Amino acid sequence: MAARRVSSLLSRSFSAASPVLSRSQGRNGYNGSRMVRRFGTSSAAEEIISPSVQVSYTKLLIDGNFVDAASGKTFPTLDPRTGEVIANVAEGDAEDINRAVKAARKAFDEGPWPKMTAYERSRIMLRFADLVEKHSEELAALETWDNGKTYEQAKTAEIPMLARLFRYYAGWADKIHGLTVPADGNYHVQTLHEPIGVAGQIIPWNFPLLMFAWKVGPALACGNTIVLKTAEQTPLTAFYVGKLFLEAGLPPGVLNIVSGFGATAGASLASHMDVDKLAFTGSTDTGKVILGLAANSNLKPVTLELGGKSPFIVFEDADIDKAVELAHFALFFNQGQCCCAGSRTYVHERVYDEFVEKAKARALKRVVGDPFKKGIEQGPQIDSKQFEKVMKYIRSGVESNATLECGGGQVGDKGYFIQPTVFSNVKDDMLIAQDEIFGPVQSILKFSDVDEVIRRANNTRYGLAAGVFTKNIDTANRVSRALKAGTVWVNCFDVFDAAIPFGGYKMSGNGREKGIYSLNNYLQVKAVVTPLNNPAWI
Amino acid sequence: MENGKCNGGATAKLPEIKFTKLFINGKFVDAASGKTFETIDPRNGEVIAKIAEGDKEDVDLAVNAARHAFDHGPWPRMTGFERARIINKYTDLIEQNIEELAALDAIDGGKLFQMGKVGDIPAATGHFRYYAGAADKIHGETLRMTRPSLFGYTLKEPIGVVGHIIPWNFPSIMYAMKVAPALAAGCTMVVKPAEQTPLSALFYAHLSKEAGFPDGVINVVTGFGPTAGAAIASHMDIDKVSFTGSTDVGRTIMQAAAASNLKKVSLELGGKSPLLIFDDADVNKAADLALLGCFYNKGEICVASSRVFVQEGIYDKVVEKMVEKAKDWTVGDPFDSTSRQGPQVDKKQFEKILSYIEHGKNEGATLLTGGNAIGDKGYYIEPTIFADVTEDMKIYKDEIFGPVMSLMKFKTVEEGIKCANNTKYGLAAGIVSQNVDVINTVSRSIKAGVIWVNCYFAFDLDSPYGGYKMSGNCRESGMDALDSYLQVKSIAMPLHNSPWL
Repeated sequence: MAARRVSSLLSRSFSAASPVLSRSQGRNGYNGSRMVRRFGTSSAAEEIISPSVQVSYTKLLIDGNFVDAASGKTFPTLDPRTGEVIANVAEGDAEDINRAVKAARKAFDEGPWPKMTAYERSRIMLRFADLVEKHSEELAALETWDNGKTYEQAKTAEIPMLARLFRYYAGWADKIHGLTVPADGNYHVQTLHEPIGVAGQIIPWNFPLLMFAWKVGPALACGNTIVLKTAEQTPLTAFYVGKLFLEAGLPPGVLNIVSGFGATAGASLASHMDVDKLAFTGSTDTGKVILGLAANSNLKPVTLELGGKSPFIVFEDADIDKAVELAHFALFFNQGQCCCAGSRTYVHERVYDEFVEKAKARALKRVVGDPFKKGIEQGPQIDSKQFEKVMKYIRSGVESNATLECGGGQVGDKGYFIQPTVFSNVKDDMLIAQDEIFGPVQSILKFSDVDEVIRRANNTRYGLAAGVFTKNIDTANRVSRALKAGTVWVNCFDVFDAAIPFGGYKMSGNGREKGIYSLNNYLQVKAVVTPLNNPAWI
Repeated sequence: MENGKCNGGATAKLPEIKFTKLFINGKFVDAASGKTFETIDPRNGEVIAKIAEGDKEDVDLAVNAARHAFDHGPWPRMTGFERARIINKYTDLIEQNIEELAALDAIDGGKLFQMGKVGDIPAATGHFRYYAGAADKIHGETLRMTRPSLFGYTLKEPIGVVGHIIPWNFPSIMYAMKVAPALAAGCTMVVKPAEQTPLSALFYAHLSKEAGFPDGVINVVTGFGPTAGAAIASHMDIDKVSFTGSTDVGRTIMQAAAASNLKKVSLELGGKSPLLIFDDADVNKAADLALLGCFYNKGEICVASSRVFVQEGIYDKVVEKMVEKAKDWTVGDPFDSTSRQGPQVDKKQFEKILSYIEHGKNEGATLLTGGNAIGDKGYYIEPTIFADVTEDMKIYKDEIFGPVMSLMKFKTVEEGIKCANNTKYGLAAGIVSQNVDVINTVSRSIKAGVIWVNCYFAFDLDSPYGGYKMSGNCRESGMDALDSYLQVKSIAMPLHNSPWL
């Protein structure tokens, strides 16, 4: 099983698409790095490909209708390939959040959504998944346009995973079980797992549709209604799938989508007195603000999925070529814009030099360019702010005397493309080893024994994920248990199945998304206790 | 007609019979012997079609195909989600063929055509969708080992090749209830439908091919119990047999399993389920539930409420109401939408039921209504109610599997519980009362796998169902059903220097 995973993961990371989230393709996708030019002669400066999709939905989805913001204001969403405007999108603010919460409240309190049978809810979610598949090309094109991720990745991995996640949660809808519970006396006790109510959900820009699925899937399966705020960088695809949900038969008001900014729309959702639950994915700093707003308002429970500085540990007995490829993939996938990116690559001293050489060679081969172009492995960073931030960290790496093995500069002169960058001789106290860069910057560090690497890997405020590369079962078991991280991938990385829970230790967040664990975020547990007369047994 | 209005023969469009051969390894084939048997229309006793008569040799071929599909094929090696996609496709195809499937069960089993369309076939698709959703939710556990240096976990593995032997009373639902969880678990299988109702199973086999199941995953062998059924139960290469039917045959199956390879056995057998109506019940509703519970599907249902106990304070009123309502219980052609009851499945059942009615009369029970066959063609019987039935009578003790109700009076809650449990069976029970204390006490006291409170036949996809005592040894429906098709494997290994245990 593990071997199969690794091989499929490897082949998919060799391929241009890096379809990390699906295992059904990629085995014959070796065309990427061979057919297309390397980043040094990148096509980024060439003519930009026009996406074959219309932007049809730019207004807030409230109570089943697409509406303008109450203020009438809009904001531009930009193409990260060029910095040009794709469309002007309604700018939701407190008043719009109020309207959306009201609609969600009504849809929850009066129904029909939570009053439908679970089987009926699951049928609607299954129909939605079918529609996603039907519209996968438009969705992938829109996602690439707004986000800059490669079209192949969106089309062959993320959109299929979107459908797959909703099928997964459709299957849960009619299997959410409470318990009958033993009592210390003559009582009959049952727990009811009730929907929690109106869920506020704030999603990031790095995987707009997948984050939509991670949040909306379990909330709907459990019978909740939703106000979702999309990231201001990537508002487009959520509206599109919102429309598909209406088409699938989701009653109005069950899923409301408000585009806008964090400080306005996001803050009013987090502090709303009529929102029963909040879920946020994004930076640790924003997560702190969100938790504070929840505490200051109605103490709504909060699920947080935040930043990371995940270690990727390569032991001396590892298959070095595989480890190099996976470490590369773990960091550079999605332009390095992954919360679980393997951004601290710890390599055992006996294989360190070989590893660094090969990691550099692999990064030099990485193909950067227009994400709509076939064979491209890396598109632009999301926006100028992120671009500047990444460049700042690269400078910091150089200034702190890490060895810049390759990269370090911009690609082309338009948009936000950055060269795949590898630093070696990185020390734990350098900024690039401590902060979440969220860009294509790999830091390689040297270690000499297991105890040391466990200590150093855990010496971070984050605890989202980790990779362990070894053939030794004892090392694998011991390190898996010792790492303080919500996910440990052994001889693989970024395996994101629907059923595998994901979430952080420490300041990487709280709660788990995906898998059976994610349902807990959207359920209240009610104990019902009744006396028993003359029971046959207790 | 004294009771049970009988409507005339309806002229519904009868289904064309397209599939009559065994389905083995993805192909429809004749029986190795070349033999066939007749499947009969219970409305008139006429032959519908000749069906391939599978025997040991055919079962061997089917098991070989299933074995190969399990040991070497893609099915158990697919992800749960990939299996789910195919099961969902299968479900969509079944849904597109509801009319035809309902018609096949109606003509073959005498089942109401309308009920098939709105009840049986949608229930079958529900099972398939439910277990498609379960296929990627089969979890083992990581363990909290008590020894200091061990790490352990469990894997839930598909059990292997499964033999399913299904009855004739709900051909479609029983097919789905057994096949769907086994598919989700990753098993391959040989299905033997009842010789009375082979038609829909063969149609389901045809649809399975269209849905894209790999060859050998689902095989259907039509034939008789003592030949084909026995070959499955005693096959050395079948890992698990699942049977729904009578308690006597269940015992034979278990013996065959014991005498061969000790294969695991799931049995869902007979019942003599009590319905307890307490003094505080709504008379009208209680009478409706009692009639439905006993006469639904012409009493050919293992959970039939064939013993109705009424508390003395309300007894006379309930009896009066039931007799009145029984007269409106229309018996007639199952293709007629006004019919509530079609013919019994075959001559043998028909004669068995009439003989029980004679026993009831001879043993001194009071016949309140019914008691006769209807018409001179086919196997129609009047809804029949006996009062003053005592615990020593045959109609109190035996599963009749026909529209015959035994009515008894009881005084206290304790007596009601005692009466309800006074049976070798323990499949289901009904309670009609508004009193929460009575309901809670009685629910826990009755030895039965399913308790329906102020309802009956409240089957649900998510609700497990099965018997205590001689009603069987497994649970079907719900997530519990998966356990019948899974092996639990524990894995342990040394663990060094773990920071926690």
